[in-house]
Amino acid sequence: MTTESNTRPVHYSEFHPRWYRRPVSVYWWIGQRQYLKFILRELSSVFVATFVVETLFQLNALKGGPQAYAEFQKTLASPLIIALNLLCLLFVLFHTITWFNLAPSAMPIRLGGQRVPTFLVAAPSYVMWAVISAAVYWFVISWSQT
Amino acid sequence: MANTITLEIARYSPERDAAPHFQNFEVPVHKEWVVLDALNHIKDQEDGSLTYRWSCRMGICGSCGMMVNGEPKLTCATFLTDYAKQGGKIRVEPLRYFPVVRDLVTELTDFLAKLKKVKPWLVHPNQPPLSEGEFLQTPEQVDRYKQFSMCINCTLCYAACPVVGLDPIFVGPAALALAQRYNKDSRDQGSDERIAVLAHPDGIWGCTFVGECTRVCPKHVDPAGAIQQYKITAVLEWLKSFVTPKGAGVK
Amino acid sequence: MDTSLHDVLLVGGGGAGLRAAIAVAEINPKLRIAVVSKVYPMRSHTVSAEGGAAGVAKPDDALDEHAYDTISGGDWLSDQDAVEAFVKEAPQELLQLERWGCPWNREPDGHIAVRAFGGMKKMRTWFAADKTGFHMLHTLFQTTLQFDPITRYDEWFVTRLLVDDGRVQGVVAIELMSGRIQAIFAKAVIICTGGCGRIFPFTTNAAIKNGDGMALAYRAGAPLKDMEFIQYHPTGLPFTGILITEAARAEGGYLVNKDGYRYLQDYNLGTPEAKPVLRSMELGPRDRLSQAFVHEDHKGRTTPTPYGSVVHLDLRHLGEKLINAKLPFVRELCLKYQNVDPVKEMIPVRPVVHYMMGGVSTDIDGATPLEGLFAAGEAACVSINGANRLGSNSLPECLVFGARAGRAAAAYASECPAPNGAAHAMASDERHRLEAGLLHKSGGRERIATIRTEMQSTMERSAGIYREQKLLKEGAAKLRELQERFRDVQLDDHSRTFNTELESALELGFMLDVAETMMQCALHRTESRGAHQRTDYPARDDAKFLAHSLVVRSPDGTPRVEYHPVTITRWPPAERVYGQKTSKPAGESQTASSN
Repeated sequence: MTTESNTRPVHYSEFHPRWYRRPVSVYWWIGQRQYLKFILRELSSVFVATFVVETLFQLNALKGGPQAYAEFQKTLASPLIIALNLLCLLFVLFHTITWFNLAPSAMPIRLGGQRVPTFLVAAPSYVMWAVISAAVYWFVISWSQT
Repeated sequence: MANTITLEIARYSPERDAAPHFQNFEVPVHKEWVVLDALNHIKDQEDGSLTYRWSCRMGICGSCGMMVNGEPKLTCATFLTDYAKQGGKIRVEPLRYFPVVRDLVTELTDFLAKLKKVKPWLVHPNQPPLSEGEFLQTPEQVDRYKQFSMCINCTLCYAACPVVGLDPIFVGPAALALAQRYNKDSRDQGSDERIAVLAHPDGIWGCTFVGECTRVCPKHVDPAGAIQQYKITAVLEWLKSFVTPKGAGVK
Repeated sequence: MDTSLHDVLLVGGGGAGLRAAIAVAEINPKLRIAVVSKVYPMRSHTVSAEGGAAGVAKPDDALDEHAYDTISGGDWLSDQDAVEAFVKEAPQELLQLERWGCPWNREPDGHIAVRAFGGMKKMRTWFAADKTGFHMLHTLFQTTLQFDPITRYDEWFVTRLLVDDGRVQGVVAIELMSGRIQAIFAKAVIICTGGCGRIFPFTTNAAIKNGDGMALAYRAGAPLKDMEFIQYHPTGLPFTGILITEAARAEGGYLVNKDGYRYLQDYNLGTPEAKPVLRSMELGPRDRLSQAFVHEDHKGRTTPTPYGSVVHLDLRHLGEKLINAKLPFVRELCLKYQNVDPVKEMIPVRPVVHYMMGGVSTDIDGATPLEGLFAAGEAACVSINGANRLGSNSLPECLVFGARAGRAAAAYASECPAPNGAAHAMASDERHRLEAGLLHKSGGRERIATIRTEMQSTMERSAGIYREQKLLKEGAAKLRELQERFRDVQLDDHSRTFNTELESALELGFMLDVAETMMQCALHRTESRGAHQRTDYPARDDAKFLAHSLVVRSPDGTPRVEYHPVTITRWPPAERVYGQKTSKPAGESQTASSN
């Protein structure tokens, strides 16, 4: 402890009490809802990555021709993979929603001298998400009907 | 509602104890009483050795921060009736992630050193003489930093931030918000000096945007927002540094 | 015994203390400065000041007008030379604070905004939302971090001034964290410990306002001045005593009794208008407003509550937008502590003790008659506030006299020799007194809280808003009894580490000494002036009492009161008049005539 804080330097002596430093457990994030939510949010990136890898496998299968692709689709249909993809979907949703809700804190937008409230800053992201999702869905449906 | 409530209070006296332990006290429940009133009642009537900090009892001095049922709170602003309704106990402990000196008192010299590190003063050398009057600053310009200037240094945000707990050298939410308070002040010219210190793994980049600091802040300072905005500024400054010559002093 | 040596030592790290420290550092960077505070500086009670700081800033205002408002507000007990210096330096100090970064509220064009305040004829109160003291204190504290010569002793509790050879040589203090008791030697000591509101049961003051510095000076032989003048702020919340700033009335709030009637019009304070009128009705001086409350109470026109009777502050007509812009902290406090939303409901308020006009007697440069001892801020009495302080004068007072005392102490410390070794023996004596007399003592039968509560109720009863001979004498006798019983106090806490019970006991000792001086001064002043109102002597008596009470501790330990004439320069004593019909509504520019 030095004069960094302008306070007198602390000399350990007969009169210096023993401060108790409470250890921080490795499991600090369990048992407190907010911390658990945070860790799950960070963990969701693993599931996003998993889904990306799956898509890479899909592209690879496409490259391999119709038979390879049919094999790939069979693997996808297995209960294990469906369960995994469901889990991925949940985490990707969680990831997206938390990201959209947090991003406005980093961008204080001012209009006419007043700060725009955070939900208005987040709103366009949700709108774009809905629009793009609708477009993709329409595209896939019209494709599957040809 | 019950007439009394149990307070389970962390006790630690370094002259006697090797580690903190809990002690229970029964306290009457009055609808106007806050946890601090309960602590004062115990100290006055039952056990004068109960040790804690307090002063203004109106939520502006920042002395009385403690963990109440696992949440960092100002005990002068936390009403007993909120807990009596649940029919439960109130567990009072010193703020997390700080060394404990005694009972509910934490050690703050480290926090003060971190505050000083961010250069929390108006950097504006070669000021015109006072006779020329004030620096002009429109209400809109005041608004840009006003929120960050509301910090009462209660350190509840440090008790909420897991990074502070895991990495003791992390500068922390309040200090970074205070840096932003000056960075965003139109009269200040010290952004470069501060960024040199804070664009660092123990500065802004230590923050992983858990967001707890903003949630527990009693003055709605939003330190998490301050830090994320600071990150964007830091990245932009870093990019600019490839284009502009060294020492060009962009603000 | 470990010791350190400094040139200037500040006891107290609030508005006055920090300003003084900066003043010393700026005028002579070679001096070693110590700021010894029993709490971290940002916890000092300056932080809770809400309303604003007055300084002549606008072209339609004049220094003489601020001076006149202050002098008449003080019922002519203010030293006019001090007031003249004060009004001249106040704007410069507030401007300096702006240059250090203080976020003052602004006009749309970027200039400093000012607002109306009680007892002031023009708008001259600078403000930072309704947290002026908070912003000022944090600006000062953050500014001091730049100065290396300033060493802070955070959470060190000063128990005694060291005096030898007719001058102050330093202090003895307890480092709360470790319990170590140590002498800190210094050539000059400036007392900036604030007021003593905790002597009373209902107060806006924080727990730390125990009159420490006043008692330290008194025990060291320095005189205290005008101790009978204690200010009741008219609008405090019942039970907590939390302050509802005068700014709420300056923005246009009404005070009404239980019939919804703006009762101040019955007390020579003007006629009610829709908008606030300067120096009239709710913008009258604090002592008159508090006294009006007592009369309303006696007439049975106040509302009883479990925590005393109240009147109501009505802000509803101001509208949510104004309240959120100008009074956000008031709204927050009412919602939180009173469960009342000022936008929709009236706020219950009553007078609570707020400020101590009296204190350590100093001259215009903050020097006391005891060589090497200075004082500034609420702990000092220069006196600019006289018998009643105007709102928004105490923050600039801390700055102006903090800076003056700092400069004077720096000049003194540059000349005077280092403290001599004799003080070491006194320091050891003090350590013995604290350890044997309190810390390690057993067998006492009194609890600190019991004596404290009895002292508080005695003061409220005998030395409240209205006083009279019989109650004052009873109060004085009771305080003597409490002093005796205090010798028998017993601590539960015998440890050294952060012993706040020992601290409370020492603070109680300080408060008992200060309370005694207050009672004696009130007994001796047989007139009514400003905040000191005697029902048995209801008139102001300039012939006998245009003078400050000075109280000194005699060798047998009792207070001795004498009188010292007030310095009158340009404003001969006149009648205090408020609420004149010729006053124009707030916001319109005024002519330079004074009433």
